[in-house]
Amino acid sequence: MAVTTMAKALTAGLRKALENDDKVLLMGEDIGKLGGVFRVTDGLQKDFGEARVIDSPLAESGIMGTAVGLAMAGYRPVVEIQFDGFVYPAFDQIVSQIAKHRARSAGRTPMPITIRLPFGGGIGAVEHHSESPEAYFAHTAGLRVISPSNPVDAFVMVQQAIASDDPVVFLEPKRRYWDKADVDDTVDITRAQSPFTARVVRPGTTATLACYGPMVRTCLEAALAAESDGLDLEVIDLRSVSPLDIPTVAASVRKTGRLVVVHEASVFLGVGSELAARITEECFHSLEAPVLRVGGYHTPYPPSRLEEEYLPDLDRVLDAVDRSLAY
Amino acid sequence: MTADGGPELVQLLTPEGERVHHPDYDVDLTPDELRALYRDLVLVRRIDAEATALQRQGELGLWAQLLGQEAAQVGSGRALRTDDFAFPTYREHGVAWVRDVDPLQLLGLFRGVTNGGWDPHDHNFALYTIVIGDQCLHAVGYAMGIQRDGTDRAVITYFGDGATSQGDVNESFVFASVYNAPVVFFCQNNQWAISEPLERQTRIPLYKRAAGFGFPGVRVDGNDVLAVLAVTRAALQNAREGNGPTLIEAFTYRMGAHTTSDDPTRYRVAADLEAWKLKDPIERVKVYLARNGLADHDFFDAVEAESEVLAVGLREGCRSMPNPAPESLFDHVYAEAHPLIESEREEFVRYHASFAGGEH
Repeated sequence: MAVTTMAKALTAGLRKALENDDKVLLMGEDIGKLGGVFRVTDGLQKDFGEARVIDSPLAESGIMGTAVGLAMAGYRPVVEIQFDGFVYPAFDQIVSQIAKHRARSAGRTPMPITIRLPFGGGIGAVEHHSESPEAYFAHTAGLRVISPSNPVDAFVMVQQAIASDDPVVFLEPKRRYWDKADVDDTVDITRAQSPFTARVVRPGTTATLACYGPMVRTCLEAALAAESDGLDLEVIDLRSVSPLDIPTVAASVRKTGRLVVVHEASVFLGVGSELAARITEECFHSLEAPVLRVGGYHTPYPPSRLEEEYLPDLDRVLDAVDRSLAY
Repeated sequence: MTADGGPELVQLLTPEGERVHHPDYDVDLTPDELRALYRDLVLVRRIDAEATALQRQGELGLWAQLLGQEAAQVGSGRALRTDDFAFPTYREHGVAWVRDVDPLQLLGLFRGVTNGGWDPHDHNFALYTIVIGDQCLHAVGYAMGIQRDGTDRAVITYFGDGATSQGDVNESFVFASVYNAPVVFFCQNNQWAISEPLERQTRIPLYKRAAGFGFPGVRVDGNDVLAVLAVTRAALQNAREGNGPTLIEAFTYRMGAHTTSDDPTRYRVAADLEAWKLKDPIERVKVYLARNGLADHDFFDAVEAESEVLAVGLREGCRSMPNPAPESLFDHVYAEAHPLIESEREEFVRYHASFAGGEH
């Protein structure tokens, strides 16, 4: 497909899913003629019709609840929630119904639903448009929660999420929608790496940075900057926060002895907390320093003029690396 | 709002067992079909009574009684075709009965041996839904699905008067309306949402809400099995023909408590209950059958005997229902293996195996 943005890679992935399985349906607000507020569904209604690319009433719980019924009727709904901060009206349907349905029915009514959720900050948006709600969903059994960090993964992972028989919360790092990469659209998704596993995106020996979604680029830039100080940082793109690929992180920490977890979400009870606990348990004797977390503060997401202070950046990541090395 | 449902109430069989005619709705049932409805009503009431008793004996953790709502459930349930799909609350034991769900499977949920109980696809009857109103959206989604399949199937969803205040129920009305989904909204207005009377949910008759969403609403005597059957059949037929949703308000009364944990003497007066006893859904059918020579003593005795056998089976089946295997708590959480579940399962098994041979 050549060089393309993450947003267009997602469009291409959705198009493939619609082409390959006529049970796949898209539903959301403004996803039809407009192509979604980020244009991720651009042109899909025109090509696949209003019965398969459905402009929904403006009601998030309604979108999520009808997706449950569509799944029970044998469809594979892909729903778009317009922004992270608008997912909460649908929280009950996600947590009480979608997540539990498979277990309650002893596997007889699976919920192959993909919940596309543009998330995270960094785009100068107004309130409720920059949040990182992944921990809520990762805390709920029955859901899978994944996030691509780049256009290549976005193209493959969105298709894998749709193909999964489990409900997947698919977090799209909206500040990376316009990042570009050379995307191979001939990839066979069944042979590609599982979206529920992590990947070492930069090998190193000094310390490990674990991150996902929008923070992968930030961490790669930090690792590059640290080179001039003689630091050789390993960067792991977790890709999935439920399940968490502990073995990949543990293998890295056994080598480097140090771990810094980076995410936009507030650190309190976040993905970093779980990783710190698990890595401490599994790699206690390999650790040269406590696991450190870099993330948002325990405040509401700030007005956009303050978001640069709130979001982890290259300097805050390297500061944490320094603190780890100073132990 | 009138306590008797007002002049708009569709009725085909009066509380006194008189067959009356309605300009818009009718049913033409054979004597066998009428007797079958009576049998359903009696057996469903018996299931409810036995389950209530089993809760009192400590065999069930809880039971949500349907006493008084037998006709609303049997009438609407019998209006369905086998291939139609029903979405219940947690009180639709009568609908479960007509969808051939083994009553013991209903007890399993309230005994605490399962959070589900039956295969929804075997019965075209979804699992009970406890969060109020969630299932109405599921029903509309299912209806949108069969609409895309191009079949003439239809969907029914049950909910109560309290649920009409929920956002999800109102959203389900919107979605059904704008997509013209083949769904029937069946509201059993039993006058009470635990302790709160209808006046805490609405200032207008519930069936009139449909007009605001752009589809028809009808109020039926929920204690009249014939009227419920006729009205529900018509609404389902309307849905099949591509004319979209209907809201049916079945005007009835919750004769029992909300659940076995509730104490209605704290919030309602005995006189109301006495008034509604005179509108009993079963007695009027019995009177009608007997007075018109459609059933004799032998028939009524046989139904009574059958209900006795059913009750014995429920008691024995409930008491001998095994607890689930402890390890099963990890089953079916995910379709594909999830490493956290797998490691926790291993840990759980290892922990329990550590007691092997000892007392614990």
